[in-house]
Amino acid sequence: MSFPWAQEYTPQNPLMKWLDQRLPLPRFVYNAVGAGYPVPRNLNYFWNFGVLSGFALMIQLITGIVLAMHYAPEATVAFNSVEHIMRDVNGGWMLRYAHANGASFFFVVVYIHIFRGLFFSSYKAPREMIWLLGIVIFLLMMATAFMGYVLPWGQMSFWGAKVITGLFSAIPVIGEPIQTLLLGGFSPDNAALNRFFSLHYLLPFVILGCVVLHVWALHIPGSSNPTGVDVKTESDTVPFHPYYTAKDGFGLGVFLLIYCAFVFFMPNALGHPDNYIPANPLSTPAHIVPEWYFWPFYAILRAFTFDFFFIPAKLLGVLAMFASILLLFFLPWLDTSPVRSGLYRPLFRKFFWYGLIPCVLVLGYCGGAPAAEPYVMISQIASAYYFAHFLIILPIISAIERPEPLPGSITEAVLGSAAPAAGASTGTASLQPAE
Amino acid sequence: MVRLIAFLVGLFFSGWLIVSLVMGGVAFVSEPPAETAEHAFLKHPKQVNWSHDGVFGRFDRAQLQRGFQVYKEVCSACHSLNQVAFRDLEALGYNEDEVKAIAKNWAIQAPSIDPNTGEAATRAPLPADKFPLPFANNVAAAAANNNAIPPDLSLMTKARHDGTNYVYSLLTGYSAPSKELAKRFPDSMPGKGLHHNPYFANLNLAMAPPLTGDGQVTYADGTKSTVDQMAKDVAAFLTWTAEPKLENRKSSGLAVLGFLLIATILAYMSYRSIWAEKKKH
Repeated sequence: MSFPWAQEYTPQNPLMKWLDQRLPLPRFVYNAVGAGYPVPRNLNYFWNFGVLSGFALMIQLITGIVLAMHYAPEATVAFNSVEHIMRDVNGGWMLRYAHANGASFFFVVVYIHIFRGLFFSSYKAPREMIWLLGIVIFLLMMATAFMGYVLPWGQMSFWGAKVITGLFSAIPVIGEPIQTLLLGGFSPDNAALNRFFSLHYLLPFVILGCVVLHVWALHIPGSSNPTGVDVKTESDTVPFHPYYTAKDGFGLGVFLLIYCAFVFFMPNALGHPDNYIPANPLSTPAHIVPEWYFWPFYAILRAFTFDFFFIPAKLLGVLAMFASILLLFFLPWLDTSPVRSGLYRPLFRKFFWYGLIPCVLVLGYCGGAPAAEPYVMISQIASAYYFAHFLIILPIISAIERPEPLPGSITEAVLGSAAPAAGASTGTASLQPAE
Repeated sequence: MVRLIAFLVGLFFSGWLIVSLVMGGVAFVSEPPAETAEHAFLKHPKQVNWSHDGVFGRFDRAQLQRGFQVYKEVCSACHSLNQVAFRDLEALGYNEDEVKAIAKNWAIQAPSIDPNTGEAATRAPLPADKFPLPFANNVAAAAANNNAIPPDLSLMTKARHDGTNYVYSLLTGYSAPSKELAKRFPDSMPGKGLHHNPYFANLNLAMAPPLTGDGQVTYADGTKSTVDQMAKDVAAFLTWTAEPKLENRKSSGLAVLGFLLIATILAYMSYRSIWAEKKKH
């Protein structure tokens, strides 16, 4: 579906005409990311991060496929095969650093993309399905990143695999068998390394499939925008190409500058030194920490220090950690405010900037710190706020808040009320209004 | 219904976290956790300026050669360098013949087989060989070193926080334990065969001070071989063994960033020009 004023693809060249009648692939691309996709004209730079996430996925796929040509998923040689890539493969150091830092930057842009969605309530009708697919992609990314971190078979790889699969052993009765099944043994070894490699190669393509669905679902209602007001007339939109391809091109340049600064000048800044020590099942590192992008969840996991009657603290931590992500699936039905954008929601805005954002940053910091006081107590406060924010505070503010007046249209928001009244135009607004 | 369940779940998790916080807080106040010896006495590495630091950093070839000499004459008796091959030494400025000679005269033989009987044998290393291991296996390594296995040094400067400074600090950091340590943490005093070093994670190191005094190594280039100089040189050498492509990385990085900067400026200009019409009215 698209807006009635969307430009239609008209092939000029006979070859393209021939192709268009048989396999309209150029038409598909034109309507997806070309001039045939009308997009609100008022998108800010936060709307760059969807395209950037797709680009980061491409970097990971391409570098990963080449790395897999040189890597050996076998416990006795895996570590040395990574060093072989770093030392003897032409440009291998660049591939590996691009892939390792690429994972971090994939998470950076995806986190910004998610928080963009949270602030501008991009999860609300009619865009729930985009949000749900996005959470699925996020979960797949976490699984893929975790398994990728195991492959170099350093100390953090080994002990990370042991701790994370050990989480499943907290589940009563079936927990231990699940851990054994995941690892293919009682402790991480060659069987675990092999299956993690296999899945680490498979899951990115599952992610790619979900991204296609995510973008498809996006093209049904069209992109949201910072005002949260629906598109009403043609003057509210611009064609994706050239307007947003140009803007995304600039955003991509800035992204690549920062990313390459890390790849070429501080490639190990985001990793842990212990992963340059070969895996040793007999020597436990002083602090086992996952990669930085898991720290907030790791802090929630470790915040539960007391058993709740018959439920052990460890199981509570595991349940809470999974709940902290799964609750995002229910967001479209927890936030009932008719107004989408946080810009027009005074109360929501306060809780977002002074509650949720500091809370997540504090959780991230505590998750990377040793499991000692005062970090545990701080992460207990932050975790308590995290759950309260989404499950208690958000539904309540949706009910009691008095939103600020919305602009009449996107055009009015951009050009001021001097613009032609948007509502006056004839029946082009085929979408139901949000309010 | 969704909101009711969510409210109850939120109440449960948040509530129990607050209860845990209070109980943990009471425990924290009533019995504050004891300070550990590591927390009180472990030092951060001393900060040294290295020629390979920074965006334009380059290895100092003469220093790498001196560091290699320290490794060869002091460290290599116990520590392996199993990721590095003799041929890699050409990057330090040795020519092919010099590398051949270094390999051929290496104190440890490379494992081989007797071409006639197929029995295990040894031969002089070739440039294509990795540095031969000083011990046959971990058991032999532990037996010869007071039950501590000397770690491989290939990646040491990347396997520790602030690795190059760490190696330098560790090598020059041996000292007598302070009276305060003896008084407050008698358990952290060096035991038999251990040596106090405030830069080592648990303060007690099985390795005896390897750089024993000035003039231990006679540098070919005439540099005065003080303990401090030898520690710096070997730390620089181990930075090269851990990251032999450091110079390629930095020079290609500069080219990449230069290219991207120009591309980004052009992208910004085309973005502004394409949008000029839309921004105006």
